[in-house]
Amino acid sequence: MTRGSQLRGKTAFVGAATFGCGEAPGYTSIEIAAEAARLAIADAGLKTSDMDGLFICMPNDFLAGLTIAEYLGIRPRMTNSSRTGGSAFLTHAEWAMLALDAGLIDYALICYGSNQRTGAGKLVAAQVPSPFEAPYRPNNPVASYALAASRHMYEYGTTSEQLASVAVAARQWANLNPDAFRQGPLSIEDVLATRMVSDPLHAADCCLITDGGAAVVMTRADRAKDLRQTPVALLGAASATWHIEIAQLADLTVSAAQESGRRAFAQAGVSPAEIDVVNLYDAFTINTIMFLEDLGFCAKGEGGPFVASGAIAPGGSLPVNTNGGGLSFCHPGMYGLFTMIESIRQLRGEAGDRQIAGAKLALAHGNGGTLSSQATCILGVPDTV
Amino acid sequence: MTQAPPTATYFKSLADGKFMIQRSPSTGEWVFYPRMIAPRTGAVDLEWAEPSGLGTVYATTVKRMKPPAENVNVAIVELDEGPRLMTHVQSMPAEDVFIGLRVRARIVDGPDDGKIVVFEPDSAE
Repeated sequence: MTRGSQLRGKTAFVGAATFGCGEAPGYTSIEIAAEAARLAIADAGLKTSDMDGLFICMPNDFLAGLTIAEYLGIRPRMTNSSRTGGSAFLTHAEWAMLALDAGLIDYALICYGSNQRTGAGKLVAAQVPSPFEAPYRPNNPVASYALAASRHMYEYGTTSEQLASVAVAARQWANLNPDAFRQGPLSIEDVLATRMVSDPLHAADCCLITDGGAAVVMTRADRAKDLRQTPVALLGAASATWHIEIAQLADLTVSAAQESGRRAFAQAGVSPAEIDVVNLYDAFTINTIMFLEDLGFCAKGEGGPFVASGAIAPGGSLPVNTNGGGLSFCHPGMYGLFTMIESIRQLRGEAGDRQIAGAKLALAHGNGGTLSSQATCILGVPDTV
Repeated sequence: MTQAPPTATYFKSLADGKFMIQRSPSTGEWVFYPRMIAPRTGAVDLEWAEPSGLGTVYATTVKRMKPPAENVNVAIVELDEGPRLMTHVQSMPAEDVFIGLRVRARIVDGPDDGKIVVFEPDSAE
């Protein structure tokens, strides 16, 4: 038995919450994160003082672990402000799994908050510009993803209509989610009629810029079963990093999700065909296509036809981003934690009109940088352990 | 042997009118961007050499600007020697740049103080 499979189901998510998704005017980012944390801890039926492991990544507070410890007035045994961009929170779950299993901590709080919409008014980037990219003034991050999309189109014949169908599916899910920031009808023609930002990506191919915070609480399986909520088991967690500048990615049509996914599936002992719901980081429509391919839900190059078939939309064979995703639900800058929140809600059966009946296994996938850091978590209901 | 500062050396060469990148004689591999050690191989025998300046567009996008500003091409060019770099393809409409286009390097003034490498269609082909 591998070390990975020994960790399967040893830890669980026992609390989850969001706060301020969309617009939270007047709040600072740490206030949004702290409120999400309070709600997640209450959801678990625990006390703030129970949290002895803190995991956090904030828009531009590089010592956020210290900030949140002070803010909550606790003295954690482990503080982790590790940054990998929007995938950070899934890597936090991976580290929390290890630390909990090793007995170094008993309760891990993973949290995030951002007021980028009402505070900064634009995407707050934490990436240091490269001296070899910056002089070309790429309109990052969209330029990097547009370059990847151009290559995907060139190699596989992926079309603008197929990209647009990702945004349409996300909107259809968002229309079932009362908390979604962007709602209303959206057609492929509507997407293609929006302003071209960086060819081939239109404005509606790009994620929202919103406020929002989220938090989850993890503990070991033995403690989890005595808490308020039905625990959601962490069956597998893996991450991979291949590059940071888009020009350094060996094949612009293949991300490190191929590697993080393969390892997470191996750890969980399940296959893509068994997954009931997928929540992935759709910063741009090309992400959904690439990640579905890289994670093994369809073959490389077939992502375009797959999403255009309606497979990922409500009523389709593979529900993807059932909250509406970063494209229509909310995107406060580093969206990764929301892929875990929606997976937990689906597996707890709390997703209301968008609930996937009988969902037992969910995959959450985060992306950081410019297709750079990839992190995958596989979650399951108790009887999958 | 420890490299002279790679980033500074690169931009100094451009300022002197030469597009120079690193190459490792032991592995035969060309390297971009400039580094203290070669990626993957860890080779430390990096030396500066002038590539052919010829390459092929690997990926391309158009940064759409609000008029009257003109749209700007942003591309990744694969040098014939192997490495890729972010750049602009110029001397043609930004929207007309396509993957597979053969291009040739040119040194121009960058948006800040230094010089940068851009590309234009290689008329010889």
